[in-house]
Amino acid sequence: MRIRVSHTTRYDYSPPAKSAIQLLRLTPRGHEGQHVRHWRIDVDAPCRLKAGEDALGNITHAFTLEGPIQSFSVTVDGEVETQDSAGVVRGTVERFPPGLFLRTTTLTEPDDAILALAGEVREAMRRDPIVGLHDLSGMIHARMAFDTEATTTATKAGAALALGHGVCQDFAHIFISAARVLGVSARYVSGYLLRHDGLVVQEAGHAWAEAHVGGLGWVGFDPAHGLSPTDAYVRLAAALDYHGAAPILGSRYGGGQESLDVSVRVEHARRQIQS
Amino acid sequence: MTPRAFDEMGGFGEGCRPCYAALKRWLDEAPAELLDQRRKEAELLFRRIGITFAVYGEQAAQERLIPFDIIPRVIAGNEWRKLSHGLEQRVKALNALLKDVYGHREIVRAGVVPEELILCNPYFRPEMAQLRLAGDIYVAIAGIDVVRVDADTFYVLEDNARTPSGVSYMLENREAMIRLFPELFSRQSIAPVDGYPDELLATLHSIAPRRGEESCVVLLTPGPYNSAYYEHSFLADKLGVELVEGRDLFVRDETVFMRTTQGPKRVDVIYSRIDDDFLDPLAFRPDSVLGVPGLMLAYRAGNVSLANAVGTGVADDKAIYSYMPEIVRFYLGEEPILQNVPTWRCREPEALAYVLDHLGDLVVKEVNGSGGYGMLVGPAADAATRRLFAEKLKRRPDNFIAQPTLALSTCPTFVGSGIAPRHVDLRPFVLTGADKVRIVPGGLTRVALVEGSLVVNSSQGGGTKDTWILGE
Repeated sequence: MRIRVSHTTRYDYSPPAKSAIQLLRLTPRGHEGQHVRHWRIDVDAPCRLKAGEDALGNITHAFTLEGPIQSFSVTVDGEVETQDSAGVVRGTVERFPPGLFLRTTTLTEPDDAILALAGEVREAMRRDPIVGLHDLSGMIHARMAFDTEATTTATKAGAALALGHGVCQDFAHIFISAARVLGVSARYVSGYLLRHDGLVVQEAGHAWAEAHVGGLGWVGFDPAHGLSPTDAYVRLAAALDYHGAAPILGSRYGGGQESLDVSVRVEHARRQIQS
Repeated sequence: MTPRAFDEMGGFGEGCRPCYAALKRWLDEAPAELLDQRRKEAELLFRRIGITFAVYGEQAAQERLIPFDIIPRVIAGNEWRKLSHGLEQRVKALNALLKDVYGHREIVRAGVVPEELILCNPYFRPEMAQLRLAGDIYVAIAGIDVVRVDADTFYVLEDNARTPSGVSYMLENREAMIRLFPELFSRQSIAPVDGYPDELLATLHSIAPRRGEESCVVLLTPGPYNSAYYEHSFLADKLGVELVEGRDLFVRDETVFMRTTQGPKRVDVIYSRIDDDFLDPLAFRPDSVLGVPGLMLAYRAGNVSLANAVGTGVADDKAIYSYMPEIVRFYLGEEPILQNVPTWRCREPEALAYVLDHLGDLVVKEVNGSGGYGMLVGPAADAATRRLFAEKLKRRPDNFIAQPTLALSTCPTFVGSGIAPRHVDLRPFVLTGADKVRIVPGGLTRVALVEGSLVVNSSQGGGTKDTWILGE
């Protein structure tokens, strides 16, 4: 499938900010089943966009802006060719052995509720890890309600599970946290989803999880949909949790109220050509 | 009961050891009133200097004066020589370990240390992987805690490889002693410690990323609410460098700058006294307001050096500690000069079973704890405390290690009833630059003021003493 992504994040400051710094993980890498046809990143303010790679192998861009800054936007535009691989992710850049992804982070620290959830699939895991992980993903999907108001980027896995509400980030954190409790390396993946309901304009990107399964390697699980990723998924970055894979992390000095406007378009590239 | 301890002055009872002869003579001759008066003067002196520390978890978190004992701890020159060789070897191994841990992890491949202990260590920082540091120096400043059990044997208790504190006490204690007892210093040759700030500055300059230019060094503090803030400002002053907080620095185009009244000034070396977690909200805790956004970008780009490096905590972890003898052999091909305390890793089931059976004889510590918090001193604890601790231990065995209670050496110390032996440890400071290793002869001697107590931490009622290394 050929997927076209256009993602703009616009920042407005009133009064203007004195300076700003941002770290972007907004550029996909190719791997088996994902070929980046073209991709460009643009910041509409004078700055040097410094490309790099983070410790886990994700492509990063960093820039600093000198004020006064009233507004600026970060835009990515690109096209990715994908193939369905039944969730199995091969050919990715790996800088660490899977064992790294057993680490606990603040956002994925297990609490009693997570331990209990993990306990429910322990038996299935013992018989067949893939089945157990699908069960886990399905349980999260069944028990959590999608709700953009209930949580923030700082909500921990256990807190979201207790709330029973959250966004894809929370679903992924719960999955990761429980998988690690069960001794399975798991990580957070950020990216884009071509929605099957045809909704092109979205409020945000997507996030899901990957677990490392002996014999298969990294396998994707999307607890927000209770499915494994298909060729409708574009993989941007993978890390221990949201914070490590966040498409944009930033900080600014001075200034007043910050307002943020995000627009994400994910569509079939073909359709774009026809229109 | 703990076995009888070696006394720094009297040994195992065979009489005054030669290095203490001059001091003992003086103590014997000095009238009690004189000693009493000097103790009062010492207290006044420390109040005036204002050397304080805050005790976490205490009501009102008041700043407290650490009790200072005027009877110094004396170490003979030849003993020090051996000890400092051992320290140098130890820190060399720590640096080699860190370079490897953030490089190819040969030590894991060789099966010496389990991968999980490194990759899942809370202080392991993936962000440090494949980074080349100036001179491969990770631990530029180490404060290795050693204890002594007999005339020849020193054990390393802890490798403080993150932000070891206490060096200000080493310097202040000496200054106070010279003022109070000038006659003692004229009687014998005592190695000076006042060169420490110069040695530290030279060490910091040696790891600057830009060669051949006057490098700008700053000391980064979390601020006045930190328990060691006094030391931060004291050291910045002695070093002649700026004391900065995170908000005084900023990153532009992967370079760190300091805001000054003359405009931005490029910073080359940061002597950081902030925990890694708080250093850079873009890389670590996003809610940190103490750090510098983008600092890790500048660090990874090789435009700034940090002392100590980020992620050194993986080397002073107590679970890694238990592997130190193997680590020394693995990287240096030498036998360790300093002893390691035999350590049971509770993550191993047989070790856990042993520890639970022998709680009354052991000291149990949290793997990542420090400051004497969260530990159980078995012989000193009552049955109820031990039972509670056993529960904690069973819940998270991997979080604990256990060690035998060592008979820490004692030092004559002023107490309410006169002079009595009290247990001591020693924290010498080892500076490792890209050019060489520097160890100022001396250190911080901490003393457990409560009779029989083995906990010397200042947060747990410990005091300090001046430490004398005698000329040979």
